[in-house]
Amino acid sequence: MEPILAVSIGVLTASGVWLVLRPRTFQVIVGLSLLSYAVNLFIFSMGRLRVGSPPVLPPGGAGDLAQYTDPLPQALILTAIVIGFATTALFLVVLLAARGLTGTDHVDGREPGA
Amino acid sequence: MNGMSAHLIVAPIVLPLFAGALLLLLGDRRHALKAAINLVATATTLGLAIALLGRSADVPVTVYLLGNWQAPFGIVLVADRLSALMLVLTGILALATLTFSLARWDRAGAHFHSLFQFLLMGLNGAFLTGDVFNLFVFFEVLLAASYGLVLHASNRARVGVGLHYIVVNLLASLLFLVGVSLIYGVTGTLNMADLAIRVPAVADGDRMLLEAGAAILGVAFLVKAGMWPLSFWLPNTYSVAAAPVAAFFVIMSKVGIYIVLRLSLLAFGEGAGVSAQFGDPWLMVGGMMTIVFGSVGVLASQDLARLASFNVLISSGTMLAAIGLGDAAVTEGALFYLVNSTLAIAAFFLLIELIERGRAPGADVLAVTMEAYGETDGEDLEEETGVAIPVTMAVLGIGFVCCALLLSGQPPLSGFVAKFLLLAALFQIPATGADDFAVGASWSLIALLLISGLAGVIAMARAGIRTFWLPLESTVPRVRVIEAAPIVVLLLLCIALTVQAGAVSRFMRDTAQSLHGPQDYVHSVMTAPRALPLGSGGGT
Repeated sequence: MEPILAVSIGVLTASGVWLVLRPRTFQVIVGLSLLSYAVNLFIFSMGRLRVGSPPVLPPGGAGDLAQYTDPLPQALILTAIVIGFATTALFLVVLLAARGLTGTDHVDGREPGA
Repeated sequence: MNGMSAHLIVAPIVLPLFAGALLLLLGDRRHALKAAINLVATATTLGLAIALLGRSADVPVTVYLLGNWQAPFGIVLVADRLSALMLVLTGILALATLTFSLARWDRAGAHFHSLFQFLLMGLNGAFLTGDVFNLFVFFEVLLAASYGLVLHASNRARVGVGLHYIVVNLLASLLFLVGVSLIYGVTGTLNMADLAIRVPAVADGDRMLLEAGAAILGVAFLVKAGMWPLSFWLPNTYSVAAAPVAAFFVIMSKVGIYIVLRLSLLAFGEGAGVSAQFGDPWLMVGGMMTIVFGSVGVLASQDLARLASFNVLISSGTMLAAIGLGDAAVTEGALFYLVNSTLAIAAFFLLIELIERGRAPGADVLAVTMEAYGETDGEDLEEETGVAIPVTMAVLGIGFVCCALLLSGQPPLSGFVAKFLLLAALFQIPATGADDFAVGASWSLIALLLISGLAGVIAMARAGIRTFWLPLESTVPRVRVIEAAPIVVLLLLCIALTVQAGAVSRFMRDTAQSLHGPQDYVHSVMTAPRALPLGSGGGT
């Protein structure tokens, strides 16, 4: 399971970095989304991977902590997803405004050589 | 502490939050009411910050348990001297830039007042929080508000620059998350005080992972602070943003500095065992490179707003290099320098907008071109002796001279006091028997401080001559009192810093010493008592 997760984080990050470095704003926003998926998975892995164990204790007694997974990274991811979603939406608006004002979707607002 | 005073710490966060939300509900047509609410909320926040600063003189560390959860399980807010100082600085800057913007800028786009309050909330939260992930949340709050403010009064240039600014900051936020999760993965805590306890005890095998996490986290803050080579976005953004926004943004680059100062001394200070001061050489070299980059930029910029932006970089670089030396006396000077440079650069950004009003667009480029071709003294040397200088230009000119003295660190103003404190502390380092690296670093920093001051003098003198003495087409700008007043107040504060330099530097010394010996901070946070539930403690 660890190799699969590691490879997927790596592939997502590599694709994200490549796309962020591309000159079109749409590529940049897709790259940012891929990077944020990679980061979310990475945070998840920092709570150690464990299959079939709940992050929440049952009512009445703590039980054996070894049977449970760390809930904190999951809470962090939830926060990160919400914030990432909001900022991506905001970026989308700016992207459209830039497209409308400059007439091009190049990140510098003008075509190279133009 | 009892009653309302126990909740004083959380008030600088909650008040702007509610004020901002309330301002959202009001339509943009009722701008007089919105301006009044914003002004009252900002002034009250400044008052709260001053109250916290006053309290920090008696009680060095005040801890507030959010949700009444014991540290390190819940999120804590901590107000120590440094936090209180930064809050007051933020409040002063907010009030000054808000007053300035009320003349006309606040009506140049939608939701200025709400965004302003949310930015204030994010800044106050970032300065007060004692939890690394909570810091991320406040960072996002202030960044989201700043995205809106960069685009305020949007035109083509602002949208283009705003796009770059947002991408850079989104990427920095992702690095922030990676760093935070690595640190959590190794130490199992996100509380800054708890981190200070756990970092020395980290197993050797995990140490590399911890340091990698801290370094990645540091990169996210250094992007914000504008350390070279992470700073190419900064001059473009600051010089294009609306004047009051740019002036307020001066404190945003200081947020990065504040966090670096706080975390490097808390988690990786002298008590951190093997990892002690592991990032310091990087900060020092990076800071020095930033000073060089900023000085070259100052000399190269033809536009006043860019000149001010590169001054932000010089200020950041000086702070980072000083933090990198890891010496309490240097930190004292650096804190003085931080207050002085923040006030001065903010005043300069506001001043520029007023000066630029009186000039024909493109006059800068024309002036430089004419200088280059030696055509400065044209044919129209008409005898106009005894022309009275209009009083507005005189006020602006005096303001410009003050800014020039403050920014380049010349006597008699507080810029000189700040540089003097820094240099005096740096000269002491070789005498303390420090290793060769620290001695070399302190000599290089002394040289760089002097050179950057010289570059500042040259650049400011040239800009001043071009603006005030060599106007190709001079019209006296129309300036309203509420636009000039904030600049005058900011500069008067710098003069007050000069006059009260002794008292201020004593406060800075206490602050620097508590930063370099954080046992008190850690102890206060970890033993902060939970408040009694309502009802059970009411009788006492």
